[in-house]
Amino acid sequence: MSGSGLFVIGATHHRAPLAVREKLSLSAEGAAALKAEFAAISGLREFAVLNTCNRVEFYGVADNAEAAALVSAAFCARQRFDAAEFAKIRLDLRNRDVVRHLLEVSSGLDSQMLGETEIFGQVKEAYAAAQAHGSTGPVLNRVFQKGFQAAKHVRTNTAITEGQVSVANVAVELAQTIFGGLSDTRILLLGAGEIGEKTAKAFQSRGAAALTVASRRFERAMELATALGASAMPFEQREARLAEYDIVVCATSAPEIVVSISATLAAMQQRPARPLFFIDQALPRDVDPAVASIENVFLYNLDDLAKIAEENRVAREAEINKCRAIVTEKAEALWRQVAAQVEGSAAPARPQQKPA
Amino acid sequence: MLAALTDRTWLWLAAGFYFAGFGLGTFMLVKRGRPASGATYILIALGYALQLAGLSARGRIVGGCPLGNQFEIYQFTAWSAITLYLVVGVTFRKSLLGYFTSSLAATLTLASLAIPHWDGGQRARIFGNNPWIELHAALAVFSYGVFALLALTSVMFILRIHSLKSKQLGGWFSFLPSIRDLDHIGVRLLGAGATVLAVSLAVGSVYWLKDLSSVNVTKLLVTVAIWLAYVVTFGLRLRGRLLSSRFAWTCLALFAAALLSLGPVDRSRHTAVPKEEKRTP
Repeated sequence: MSGSGLFVIGATHHRAPLAVREKLSLSAEGAAALKAEFAAISGLREFAVLNTCNRVEFYGVADNAEAAALVSAAFCARQRFDAAEFAKIRLDLRNRDVVRHLLEVSSGLDSQMLGETEIFGQVKEAYAAAQAHGSTGPVLNRVFQKGFQAAKHVRTNTAITEGQVSVANVAVELAQTIFGGLSDTRILLLGAGEIGEKTAKAFQSRGAAALTVASRRFERAMELATALGASAMPFEQREARLAEYDIVVCATSAPEIVVSISATLAAMQQRPARPLFFIDQALPRDVDPAVASIENVFLYNLDDLAKIAEENRVAREAEINKCRAIVTEKAEALWRQVAAQVEGSAAPARPQQKPA
Repeated sequence: MLAALTDRTWLWLAAGFYFAGFGLGTFMLVKRGRPASGATYILIALGYALQLAGLSARGRIVGGCPLGNQFEIYQFTAWSAITLYLVVGVTFRKSLLGYFTSSLAATLTLASLAIPHWDGGQRARIFGNNPWIELHAALAVFSYGVFALLALTSVMFILRIHSLKSKQLGGWFSFLPSIRDLDHIGVRLLGAGATVLAVSLAVGSVYWLKDLSSVNVTKLLVTVAIWLAYVVTFGLRLRGRLLSSRFAWTCLALFAAALLSLGPVDRSRHTAVPKEEKRTP
């Protein structure tokens, strides 16, 4: 394999376990310093750095074989990571494989959570940062820009991004099938643990504004409410004030039922026209399963949510072949467009970095 | 060449487009698991334009609003429902509303075209020269179009509730609008339909008061009963007495009753109003 041309070097969740990725993760300062080192590597015409929680990747265009090796060495030195160990888990691709890889990453096909869309924004940010830094040129500009178009095409023409695959996001999506927009829904979070917090944050990220936290330890409820910009409520009032809420996220470690059918019936008498949605993420369950039989009341427990997430994941996987066919076709076409620039000497050198 | 097309040819073409929307929607749902929302909307819009041409041609023939027999009433009802769909359908562009609307329009238009005797009792100028009676009839049938769309949203509501309660959310269930959206539009359609029908009855009553002998008692009783049933349903919904699935089933049952009553009402009018002249072919 030639060392010059278009390359990507890095580490991803595929081969690097979490403990290793923690060591390889770049801080903002570290990334800035590394870019300065890359800028000084002779023969490295263009480069861009993609740094997320699941991957750190260096895309580059080099005139010689040493430049890519120097990038790898500079990264290991900065992270104080053994180069031989890095070689074992390293992602190291060249030319058309790089194009294909970037398209797969941008489309969410290479993500730990298949089809997730956050990575698209992260790749765009990485490219924008590289542009601002002046480290991109004709090859990376074309590869990234066309890569974004290809990723959008994949997302639009396949079902790879349809259906949520995390339990918290499944809960939010379910709420949307009941209430539509979430901006005017009132949410009660019972329990101030990690699972409840994650779900509450997922709701807030989709526009839910009115959140109340109730926990058996009121100070913990206050703490979480402050962190989330929500209000706190004494746990004892949960049933009496049930009618005030549209969505109840239950995630306590209480050994017994904390929302009874009698309290739910009483609440629904006060608000018969508005649906009430229980998301019971607790084990043992917090909500009496009998509430599911009440009209306009919907109850989903942890198993229900996990089952939907799994079904969505399987559905996404069923789309992989279709996505890969699109990516292969687009990557080949894109590579044909940039191959001459990558391999030839006609390509202009990377613009000099502006002095700070 | 287009001018040579008869009213029924236009209406057959329109029914063909509605059926194409239904067929395409079914194909996309079965094969791809998603509705062909944009294409369905276009097919319905084209069918609507053709149906408008057909109804206009029929209107010129009969010298007024074409509401003289069961065929025309079914056609006008379908046209009214599509009118509303084209307005509200934009909001539900990615949902199954277009698919359901094309199914309903295809059913109503094809059934009315396929049953010859529904179009056998055409009476020209059945409203005489009284535009108020024509307005009364047009508003009444338009309200049936509103109730038709209400029936469709009720079906979607029942399916959405079923999918959530049975925890089957994949496939084409995922293209149903949210419960709250369906409930809101249901209440608005019911209010609008009941109001339009009330206005229709009010307009008609002015005429009846002038000449009580002209009133077709069967028609009057059936229409008032349907209007009252919708008004009571609306009142119960607003007071929170008839909600969720029961509200949706009631709207569905009322529309079925309204539709089924058209036949007997039309037959009673045949006996009450003699045929004035045969329809021009």
